[in-house]
Amino acid sequence: MTTLAPPAARITETTAPSGGRGGALIWLTLPALLIFTAFAIVPLFGVLALSFTTWNGLGTIHPSGLDSWNTVLTEPGLLHALGITFLIMGLSWLVQTPASVLLGVFLAAHFRYRGFLAVLYFIPLLLSSAAIAITYKSLLDPNFGIGSGTGLGFLSQDWLGDSTLAVGMLVFIVSWQYIPFHTLIYQGAVRSIPKTMYEAALIDGAGRVRQFFSITLPQLKYTIITSSTLMVVGSLTLFDLIYVLTAGGPGDATRVLALDMYETGFGKSLMGPASAIAVILVLVGLLLSQLLRRLGGRGDESQQEGV
Amino acid sequence: MIGKALSRRHLLGLTAGAGVAAALSACGSSGPGAGATATYWSLSGPPGEAARQAAIDRFNAANPDTKIAPQFFQNDPFKQKIKAAIGAGDAPTMIWGWGGGTLKAYAEAGQVDDLTDWFAQNPAVKNKLFPTSFGAATVDGKIWAMPHETVQPILLYWNKKVFEQVKAEPPQSWGDIMDLVPKFNAAGIAPFALGGQSRWTSMMWLELLLDRTAGSEVFDRVFAGEANAWSDPAVLDMLGKIQQLVAENGFIDGFSSITADSNADQALLYTGKAAMMVHGSWSYGIQESQGGDFVKNDGLGYMSFPPVDGGKGDPSNQVGNPGHYLSISSKATPEAKEVAKKFFSTVLLDDAEQNEWIKSGNVPIIQGSDKLYDTSPKGQFLKFCYDTSVNAKIFAQSWDQALSPTAATTLLENIAKLFQNQVSPQQWVDNMNAVIGK
Repeated sequence: MTTLAPPAARITETTAPSGGRGGALIWLTLPALLIFTAFAIVPLFGVLALSFTTWNGLGTIHPSGLDSWNTVLTEPGLLHALGITFLIMGLSWLVQTPASVLLGVFLAAHFRYRGFLAVLYFIPLLLSSAAIAITYKSLLDPNFGIGSGTGLGFLSQDWLGDSTLAVGMLVFIVSWQYIPFHTLIYQGAVRSIPKTMYEAALIDGAGRVRQFFSITLPQLKYTIITSSTLMVVGSLTLFDLIYVLTAGGPGDATRVLALDMYETGFGKSLMGPASAIAVILVLVGLLLSQLLRRLGGRGDESQQEGV
Repeated sequence: MIGKALSRRHLLGLTAGAGVAAALSACGSSGPGAGATATYWSLSGPPGEAARQAAIDRFNAANPDTKIAPQFFQNDPFKQKIKAAIGAGDAPTMIWGWGGGTLKAYAEAGQVDDLTDWFAQNPAVKNKLFPTSFGAATVDGKIWAMPHETVQPILLYWNKKVFEQVKAEPPQSWGDIMDLVPKFNAAGIAPFALGGQSRWTSMMWLELLLDRTAGSEVFDRVFAGEANAWSDPAVLDMLGKIQQLVAENGFIDGFSSITADSNADQALLYTGKAAMMVHGSWSYGIQESQGGDFVKNDGLGYMSFPPVDGGKGDPSNQVGNPGHYLSISSKATPEAKEVAKKFFSTVLLDDAEQNEWIKSGNVPIIQGSDKLYDTSPKGQFLKFCYDTSVNAKIFAQSWDQALSPTAATTLLENIAKLFQNQVSPQQWVDNMNAVIGK
């Protein structure tokens, strides 16, 4: 993580004295490491082991070699679910990133009214996904929802019952929920850009737009990568919102990989194939976050050359 | 910033696991009780929850030294939670269910007790219940659950007011249904309400239509695990009829995002946005309690699903829930099991229990309960349900309950796709043949 966010890492470097406290720091990581091992590493290997078995969740577990993998990899549903997952991932990245960057820049300036707006923007962050999903489900009800409530005909769409609209609504709601969080990241990052750079640019005659594209955006490079990693990994594991909102429907139009895993495991009681899907989910997640790290370069180049 | 990012990442991970976690979270606090406390999980919501709670209250009042501790969940979450709890060896003492394929999985995994001997020792209990209710409680000739609560045939309901408005008569055949569709659409009223996101709601159409077209034999062959049993021409015919009904806007706009748990489908009928609805007999109680004056003013009509012209099925056949079932977890303590059995043989059969269900518009599966009905409209509805259930040549269990979890979930997925035109009837048949006997 540190390489993804150099500004903060730089601070740690300059403030942490070498010597005696380094040992103590290792001990400090121990509780987190233990919890991570118990709740992430061990279950991960458990799932890997389960993917080579046949188990209905009730009776005994039978080892069955590659049976589960065969079932999952030959099932057309897997590719479909992967496709939907990437579609929602890509679309929500496209919506969230520009909106968050702009809002972050907007809120970074020290104005009282912007501080007030910031508080309003962060409200969705305080709500649980299930609550958001239930609220939107009522709002988007085709017969008793916002359309019939306000009497505005164009709002009476089959929001969650039409394949295309349902994907669109999911992207909208996910964005609505998470843009505040990413805005917060960008706000902090923009504030940490040295004022001197803008002053220099001003002297050189750069306008606001030029400043944004030539200073702000390049300076946010690592923040964009951090935020994108969170978005990508977050959309991979996006489950609760979709489960409550559409349950993967209409048909299988919003059946993402996490939902496919859940239905296979807890609906069909096929724990082996469900575990195989879970392993695929982990692998895709690791692959994508590595890829994004690479995109960020090696991480040791200076972000503020010439300052 | 790093701290925030990290914790957020973990948060995201946590949220992703929330569904599974939610499924498991209820177990810890309410596993098998110690001593003489028996735990009980069932469905929440009107009208059942009140009746269930009343039975438990009566039992707890009559038996002060023992206790039944209930927990109630919504329909769909319940199905997942109970499965997760049983799999984790942390089931409640009494496992509520619909019998059939799920009960079979529990029995085969040794998670529930065999009650055959107990019923043999207590013939008074067995003889009081509908004989048809035991089929779905029986696996390999042994009884694994106590049938209780109510018998629930699936009926065709209609809103009398909108029928009057468009001057139409209730359908007497499948042909009539297809004739009514354009008539209601022209009047700006949806012909049928449907909570399609719940999927089992759409399934009721398939099972009734197949029964009326070809009789109960086709599904019997599927149930028996016969290879390619879905490849009956009658199935293709039935699936084609369904897709035709969807294509002609037979169902309310947006049906695929409506859930039955929220009763939004029921609301469509009593608000007159839809003219008809195929639903279980529990719908009556919901219409009555939530529909304002709708039922009181004689707005709700009901009938058996009409025959299909030239169909082979007996029109008296019913499909639905032949009963509800309570099993005893094999992991429960002997004391808790005794509490459960006492609960079965006393409170679940008394007049108060029957009246509780009758009050909510349901037919208890207890023989002679029709003597307790009054002559009110609700009494007449109950009499209708009692008679159709008792006189049914065959009372078949709903497909998703009869089949194994694997086949049932595949069935529901494919039904959702069928209504969405994402699969053709032939693909549907192929997909379903692949899970026969699984």
